[in-house]
Amino acid sequence: MKTLDRPASGIGIGGISRRAALQAGGLALAFTWLGTGKAFAAINPRQQPGDAAAALADGNPAFAPNAFIRIDADGGVRLVMPMAEMGQAIYTGSAMLLAEELGVDLDQVRVEHSPANEALYGMPLLGGQITGGSTSTRGTFGVLREAGAVARTLLVSAAAAQWKVDPASCTVERGVVSHAASGRQLGFGALAGAAAKLPMPAKVALKEPKDFRLIGQPLRRVDSAGKVNGTAQFGIDVRVPGMKVATVRASPTLGGVLASVDDKAARAIPGVIDVLRIKDAVAVVGEHFWAAKRGLEALKLKWTPGRNATLTTQQLRAALADALAKDKAIVGKETGKRPEGTLVQATYDLPMLAHATMEPLNTTVHVRPDGCDVWVGTQVPARCVGVAAKITGLAEDKVVLHNQYLGGGFGRRLETDSVEQAVAFAKQVPYPLKVVWTREEDIRHDIVRPMYHDEISAVVDGEGRIQWFGDRISGGTVLGRWAPAFMGKDGMDGDLIECVAEPCYDLPNLKVEWVRHDMPAGLNVGWWRGVGPTHNLFVMESFIDELAQRAKKDPVAYRRAMLQKNPRTLAVLDLAASRIGWGQGSLPARVGRGVAVGDAFGSRVCAIIEAEVSPQGEVRMRRAVVAVDCGIAVNASSIEAQIQGGLLFGLSAALYNEITLRDGAIEQSNFHDYRTLRINEAPAIEVHLVKSAEAPGGLGEVGTAIAAPALANAIFAATGVRLRALPVNRALLAQDKEALKKKVADAGPGKGFDEGRSA
Amino acid sequence: MIDININGQSVAIDAPDDMPLLWALRDIVGLTGTKFGCGIAQCGACTVHLDGQPVRSCVLPVGAIGKKAVTTIEAIEQTPAGKSIQKAWLDVDVVQCGYCQSGQIMSAAALIQRTPNPSDADIDLAMSGNVCRCCTYSRIRAAIKQAATGKAEVMQSVAVMPARSAS
Repeated sequence: MKTLDRPASGIGIGGISRRAALQAGGLALAFTWLGTGKAFAAINPRQQPGDAAAALADGNPAFAPNAFIRIDADGGVRLVMPMAEMGQAIYTGSAMLLAEELGVDLDQVRVEHSPANEALYGMPLLGGQITGGSTSTRGTFGVLREAGAVARTLLVSAAAAQWKVDPASCTVERGVVSHAASGRQLGFGALAGAAAKLPMPAKVALKEPKDFRLIGQPLRRVDSAGKVNGTAQFGIDVRVPGMKVATVRASPTLGGVLASVDDKAARAIPGVIDVLRIKDAVAVVGEHFWAAKRGLEALKLKWTPGRNATLTTQQLRAALADALAKDKAIVGKETGKRPEGTLVQATYDLPMLAHATMEPLNTTVHVRPDGCDVWVGTQVPARCVGVAAKITGLAEDKVVLHNQYLGGGFGRRLETDSVEQAVAFAKQVPYPLKVVWTREEDIRHDIVRPMYHDEISAVVDGEGRIQWFGDRISGGTVLGRWAPAFMGKDGMDGDLIECVAEPCYDLPNLKVEWVRHDMPAGLNVGWWRGVGPTHNLFVMESFIDELAQRAKKDPVAYRRAMLQKNPRTLAVLDLAASRIGWGQGSLPARVGRGVAVGDAFGSRVCAIIEAEVSPQGEVRMRRAVVAVDCGIAVNASSIEAQIQGGLLFGLSAALYNEITLRDGAIEQSNFHDYRTLRINEAPAIEVHLVKSAEAPGGLGEVGTAIAAPALANAIFAATGVRLRALPVNRALLAQDKEALKKKVADAGPGKGFDEGRSA
Repeated sequence: MIDININGQSVAIDAPDDMPLLWALRDIVGLTGTKFGCGIAQCGACTVHLDGQPVRSCVLPVGAIGKKAVTTIEAIEQTPAGKSIQKAWLDVDVVQCGYCQSGQIMSAAALIQRTPNPSDADIDLAMSGNVCRCCTYSRIRAAIKQAATGKAEVMQSVAVMPARSAS
């Protein structure tokens, strides 16, 4: 990794070590599991070979010392954002890191989307131009500050040379270099030309934390104004001269292909322009979306469903359990021996999940004989260029990608399937083509979070203390498809065992295994917010709660005893417990509090949820408290927002979400049957940060990963019912099951009362 | 051709009567601030005002609008309620990905227009038709209250605690 060799600078994370990456978790963990030291291009604070061309294409600024900073002759400061903005406030965070060391304030800068360029904008923790795995702040905290410092050093040098004074006697504030002794001042714009002629400084000084003006402040986002007045442009808002709009239908049966299309009625609809086909999908092109949609509905389509024609969720679920019983496991972690003693076991099941980003998937493409433009909001710009080049047969340097604001990502926009499809359609027509998926298409052709089946166990002593801990997991692999070169020793996928293999607790005797069981071809599984930790923290923290209950110990006290060697995580547990008033006062009947704690994405988190369960089994969350230690808190406002939003995202899934298959097709289709929490269901969420000088941890997924176990443990505390499968099955929580049956019957047709599913 | 009053101007739209207003705004008029989220009035991302009332433009046919005035996110700042809601949204820093926020703001502006000092129950009722996948609900609630009362609601729940050692 390129950053390995850079000397540590500033506060502890100037360079990124493999150790740091291992602690980083998520995608980063998956990528570094082997620690192969595979070299890849990554962001660099100094000028790189491709910088001159990139700057020229970006308005040819007077001063562009690296890939991130452009200073125009009029003093305008433009910052190029290496990571994609999908809501996580990384444009604000990255701008703060650059601006802090450059010597400007956020109100003085404009932010820009970066072009597709792995060499200039590669994420050091992931080995490509990829936004994901809660790596953005962790992977750039040192580099972007240094990039700002390089620019500031050059601007100060230019001023000092002009004034013939010692650069050390100059100061910088709000884009102006000053020499106090002589009272002289020059703005960045006036210095830009001279600074551009100076050689790159070999070493630059970074600010001491006590001198930070921006880092640590709860600053407002840089992208709010356009998102509040409707002018922010998302991918779906792109309008190109001559552009037509298409909407598509791919084979409802996953992996099926198009057999025949009768488009006579569709072509008769006013505004319909074309009907296009590829192997597994059809597109209707219109003057506008409405014509395309009406055209699509008028098509008479026949599909060849293929091998998944009779596939159901139940078959997949059974196959996972079967694989765990019969197939060979890969041992991911084994320390110590399993002693004699009382063995406690439980099985847990997690469902497939869709991402359902608010902005349905879309891509605008213009393919010409000599080049191709692609407009899309993506977490993987360079991958998009790669697939567009492959499908069009053009060289990669003939494909220009215009990234946009993402209307949500959550891992869905780490995929290129919708881009590939749009390019395949667009290359059939001479005009620019915007392909917009309906919500139904977006959910039915999600690349879903895989389902998992876990057999978790512990050997406990007479006091109920854990002497040995084991987890056997079966499930498909995301990494094995998405980046197979990064699979680890013995074919291990680190994502599958994350958080259990490196638990926050002191568990000296541990065995964690994975039985790989791939899903059928056509059913691709993908990254979903919180990745491995979302899966494993639910299983582990639910089971720890079971063990506490079995030992007749308080769930907080039981965890505290195992955290004595982990003071940072112990501190968040204590903080959350004290803030919610754990153990103080009494709660009404059928109200309970659930705690969950974990180390994930380089951060430490504890969530406590207080929930009430009605006699009919409806769950209402009354209150939530989350304590976080994410190291240096770059922006406490963004952190609060990510924790609150992330927690509710996880709770939405835990309470409502499951993707199911029937006849090989996804049954859910829109927000009525793939629900999200609404404002009336969202509890007040208090967020408490532990002040820390440690390296920054990830934040975008922590809240999501800790949500489900805290909720399930709260439901147990309220009802005595242990939920070992998600989403929450209300039928199991009803006090009076006959009353519930009647209620469901009264509600009319639907999925109805399902008693078949075990707890 | 259908004439529609959009943001105070009469606009001639070449569209069939059954075309939802959402697509007329986005693909014909070029006002892309109003968003497509679900197409079935489940998410509220497409909310606009029709004579000041919040409606889901994804299911409102252009042929049903008649002489009623359409207001979109692009012009809501011209109403006092819209202006105060937008200001509160910035002060509280509500947005994350931002995609649903046009609709949230249109629903919130309509709420404080008719209920200048809404209770939590009023907010629940008026805003529960608007989905936010980033789940910015805490700040949406805070911003509506701030717009109504003028009192700062931002950042009340973040407390920074000193690190403690194991005991």
